[in-house]
Amino acid sequence: MEVSPVNRNRGSQIYASILVNSLYAMINYPVTLISTLLAPLSILAVVTFASKGTLLPVAAEGALIMNMVSSGTSLQGDLSHLKNDMRLQDMIVSSPTGPGTYILGMALSEIVYSIPTLSILVIFNILFVKTTLIGAIIIFLDMATIFTFSISLGFLLSTFSSDIVQSWAFSGILSPILTTIPPVYYPISYIPLPYRYLAYISPTTYAAQIAQNAVGFADLPGGTVVIYWIILLSITVLFSYLALRRSRWREI
Amino acid sequence: MPMNISVAGISKTYPAGNMALDGVTFDFNLNGIFSLIGKNGAGKTTLIRILSTQLLPTSGKASVNGLDVVNQAREIRELVAAVPQEARAVPWMTPLQTLTSYLMWRGYTHSRSMDMGKDVLRMLGMEKQENLKNRNLSGGQKRKVLVATALASEATLIFMDEPTTGLDFISRKELWDVLVSMKRNRLIILTTHYLEEAEELGDLIGIMNAGKMVGFGSLDELRGRVKFPLGIKIFNQGYKVPDHIGDVEQLSSNELQVYTTEEGAYGLVNDLLAKHIKFTVQEISLNTIFESVVNGSESGE
Repeated sequence: MEVSPVNRNRGSQIYASILVNSLYAMINYPVTLISTLLAPLSILAVVTFASKGTLLPVAAEGALIMNMVSSGTSLQGDLSHLKNDMRLQDMIVSSPTGPGTYILGMALSEIVYSIPTLSILVIFNILFVKTTLIGAIIIFLDMATIFTFSISLGFLLSTFSSDIVQSWAFSGILSPILTTIPPVYYPISYIPLPYRYLAYISPTTYAAQIAQNAVGFADLPGGTVVIYWIILLSITVLFSYLALRRSRWREI
Repeated sequence: MPMNISVAGISKTYPAGNMALDGVTFDFNLNGIFSLIGKNGAGKTTLIRILSTQLLPTSGKASVNGLDVVNQAREIRELVAAVPQEARAVPWMTPLQTLTSYLMWRGYTHSRSMDMGKDVLRMLGMEKQENLKNRNLSGGQKRKVLVATALASEATLIFMDEPTTGLDFISRKELWDVLVSMKRNRLIILTTHYLEEAEELGDLIGIMNAGKMVGFGSLDELRGRVKFPLGIKIFNQGYKVPDHIGDVEQLSSNELQVYTTEEGAYGLVNDLLAKHIKFTVQEISLNTIFESVVNGSESGE
C-alpha cells in the first residue's frame, strides 16, 4: 500500500466527531432520539401539570436551557466512553487532530444530537413564550454561553475520569445541580429566602434569570442583569480556559 | 527514506510512583517492522505511548525523524497512527463507518475517506462485512478493522500495541499478512507477547525487561550476542556429550538437546556423523534468545 501525502481538511476533522458521536448513533440506533427527547419534556410536563399550566411558559424556556446544559453532561459521558472504553482518544491524540478541533467537533455533535429535541422546544417557546426580536437574541446568546460552559465542564471532567462508572457518577451529580434543582423550570421567587442564595452557586441560575428577564417572566434591575452576565461569562471563560489548557490531552 | 527513531535515556515514573521505564536508549533507521517483546509490565506500552506522543516521559530524550516527542508533538502527529492495546471498534458502528471517521480525523474529505475505507476493506477481504455492525464481527475481524484504520492512513510510522492478542493462529496469520503488506515505505512498531510473531515479522527486535532495553538488533544480531547460538537435537540413548561443549538438556530417554557455539557444533557434528547417530542442527529460536537475554539481565550478566 503506497503512502500518499494529504491536504488536511479541518472541516472533515470536525465532521468526523459529529458523525461518530451523533449521526452514526442516530442512524444506527434511532431509539436514542426518543431518550434525549424524554428528559426535558418530562420535567416540562411535571412542572406544567403541578402548576396547573401557569408555569408552562417559564418551564418551556427553562427546558431550552436544560437542553443546552444536558449537552455538556452528555459530552462528558460520551468522551469518557470513547476515551476509556474504546481507547479512541488515544488514537486521535496520535493523529493530526488537535484537542481544540476534537472538542469543537464533539461539542457540535451534541448540538446535532439534540436538534430533534431543540426543534420541539423551540416550537413550544414560539407558541407559549411571547418575546421581541431582542428578547429572542438575548435568549440565543444566553443559551450559547451556557452551552459553552457546559461543554467545557464536560470535556474537563471527561479527561479526569478513568472509567465509565466514574463518568456516570459525574453525570448524576451534574444533572440535578445544574438543571433540576436550580430555578431553571420555575421562578427563583419560589425558593424560600434563606435557601435562595444557594441557587446562585449554579451558573444555570444566572442563565435562567437572564432568559426569564428577557421575556418578562422576571423583572431584574439593569445593573443586576449586567452583573449576572459578567458572572456567567466569567465562569464560562474560566471553564473554557481550564478545558483547553489544563485538560489531559497528553497524559503525564 | 527510512524512519529514524532515537531514544536516549528515557525514563518514566507514573504519578502513583511506579517506574515503568528506566533509562531506555536505542537508535535505528528502518522502514519495516520493529518488534518489541517483553514480559507483562516490561515497559513496552509505556515506551510506545511516549513515542506516539500520548504520554510524557519523566526524563530523557526521544525523537522521531529528529522531531522531539515532547516539544514537537504536533509535527510528529502528522506522521503517526496508533492502535492502542485495548482499543475497540465502536460496537454500534460499521467497519466502513469506523474507517471513514478515522480517516476524516486525519483530514481527508468524507467522500475520499469512504473510498479509501472501501479499498482497504476490500484488500482485507472484508467487503461483505463493511456494513455490518462491529459488534457482529468475529474477534479477528474486529482487530482487522482497527489495524485497517492505520493501514488506510498516510501515516509513515504506525504503532500497534499487541494487535493480535487473543486471536486464534489463523486470524493471527491473516493479520501478519496485513502487517507485512503495510510495511513498505513505513515503519511499524509492534508490541507482542507471541515470540514467534516477533520472529516472523520483526526486521528489528527489541527485548525489554523491567523497564530496560536488554536486547536490541536483528534476529541474527541477537543470536550473535547469545553464548550458544546453535541447538543440536540428538536422537540416541546413552550418547555422552563431550564436556564443556555447551548446555545439555535431556528431553526424553533417547533425546538430548545441546546448545553450543559454532565451533562446538562443528566438533559435535563430526563425532555424531562418525558414530552414525541421528541429529538435527538449528539456529536457536527467539524463544531461547529471549529466555537467555531476560534471565541474563535479571542475574546481572
